Amino acid sequence: MSKFEALQGNEAVATAMRQINPDVVAAYPITPQTSTVQKFADFVADGLVDTEFVCVESEHSAMSACVGASTAGARVMTATAANGLALMWEIVYIAASNRCPIVMSLVNRALSAPINIHCDHSDVMGMRDSGWIILFSEDGQEAYDNLIQAVRIGEHPDVLLPVAVCQDGFITSHEMARVEIYDDADVKAFVGEYEPRWPLLDVENPKTYGPLDFYDYYYEHKRQQVEAMEHAQRVILEVAEEFNRKFNRDYGLFEPYRLQDARVAVVAANSTAGTAKTVVDQLRDQGLKVGLLKPRVFRPFPARELTEALQHLEAIAVMDRSISFGAMNNAGPLFLELAAALTLHGVHIPMADYVYGLGGRDVRPAEIEHVYRDALEIAETGQTERMVTYLGVRE
Amino acid sequence: MEQKGWRDIPIGGMILDAGNAVEYLTGGWRAFRPVFGEADCIHCFTCWLYCPDSSILVDTENEKMTGFDLEHCKGCGICAAVCPVNEKVIKKTDQELERDDVRLCIRMVEEGKVEE
Repeated sequence: MSKFEALQGNEAVATAMRQINPDVVAAYPITPQTSTVQKFADFVADGLVDTEFVCVESEHSAMSACVGASTAGARVMTATAANGLALMWEIVYIAASNRCPIVMSLVNRALSAPINIHCDHSDVMGMRDSGWIILFSEDGQEAYDNLIQAVRIGEHPDVLLPVAVCQDGFITSHEMARVEIYDDADVKAFVGEYEPRWPLLDVENPKTYGPLDFYDYYYEHKRQQVEAMEHAQRVILEVAEEFNRKFNRDYGLFEPYRLQDARVAVVAANSTAGTAKTVVDQLRDQGLKVGLLKPRVFRPFPARELTEALQHLEAIAVMDRSISFGAMNNAGPLFLELAAALTLHGVHIPMADYVYGLGGRDVRPAEIEHVYRDALEIAETGQTERMVTYLGVRE
Repeated sequence: MEQKGWRDIPIGGMILDAGNAVEYLTGGWRAFRPVFGEADCIHCFTCWLYCPDSSILVDTENEKMTGFDLEHCKGCGICAAVCPVNEKVIKKTDQELERDDVRLCIRMVEEGKVEE
């Protein structure tokens, strides 16, 4: 039997880690994910898990230890955020390239400088080309659910890639909310035993990971990573289908909310999608046909499916909690990729980008309503007057 | 060597058949070649122990060092540097010796100047 608990997002994640009971966790505390590692360390100290918990001296070492343990054949997890992820950078790529199915809880927050510990998506957007699968979570429940699914996704023989499960720093990582915690045995059965295909600890069959790989073969190994990403989308859906059936959920590549008959929609990830749902309901009560699309799977980017879900709209407003500095119109990465996806699939809908909430700046329902009203006006005129708006910044 | 496509090689650059470094002939990297000099080898196996490329050939039955695997030796000169006979020769002559001095046990001779 599952039970409902009042948990912070980080505690929900730590609980999932306890139930998954990974072989190795190597992590270094950094705000705002610290409480995940702290809580998990409690589980280790209390003997509730069999995990070898490695307290390392930096995030670079944390990810390095994860890669070492994963190649050895262990089921490996870690948690980080922001600058901690930035310090892992070199090894983040190596984890993906060595095809290590490491699962990382990533609590999104702003990168320095100036120093800021609060929510935005700059950290994860920097790793978007690194070869990791990236999942977004609206709240603690989704972070918990996604983490459990991530194990199965990453370890699938057709995938073998690391998976980052994101949630919003402080907004959900420290928000106490109702989380349905499934029965330990059910989670254990769902994630199953990890059977590594090429473990280094299989000393009867010695092998080498990460050797020198020049112009004669490196390119072929990158092509293999593309193949794994292409398989990942199918595997994510298969795992979601099984998870949905078992735990009565409704996960897919993204979540449409009152989208089907909408004229305009906002696309927003993580916790802001939750706020936007409230705004959608309010505006619907006023007779306005508005909807929402909440991306769940950001890597691999489901371009065709997103296009199909959005193509009936008259205007699309994308909300980006980070800036791709120097990119086209200094827009956000979600907008840029979505605009490219729609255009290349032959769908031409007026679009606008709303950068918001950097460094943890609150985004309130009134501001999201403003975005919807803008979108409705764009739908009326068929024209995007301003491609990128920096929502809530003081002039 | 025929190069394989991405479907036909292990993922992630993994090498699954251990010991296949022998197939990779690195002798062509060499600028200096180890050759025997006038001082007799004492078969102490110090060079064999230190050689990073397992390129010291030995007769295990008779416990003799027999020569150099020039298909793999990269010419790093570690064998000559650790050779105790070389050290003895240098001490005896009490002068700076060139690496290719004929009085040594293991000499490092520039590839272009090797007398076959």
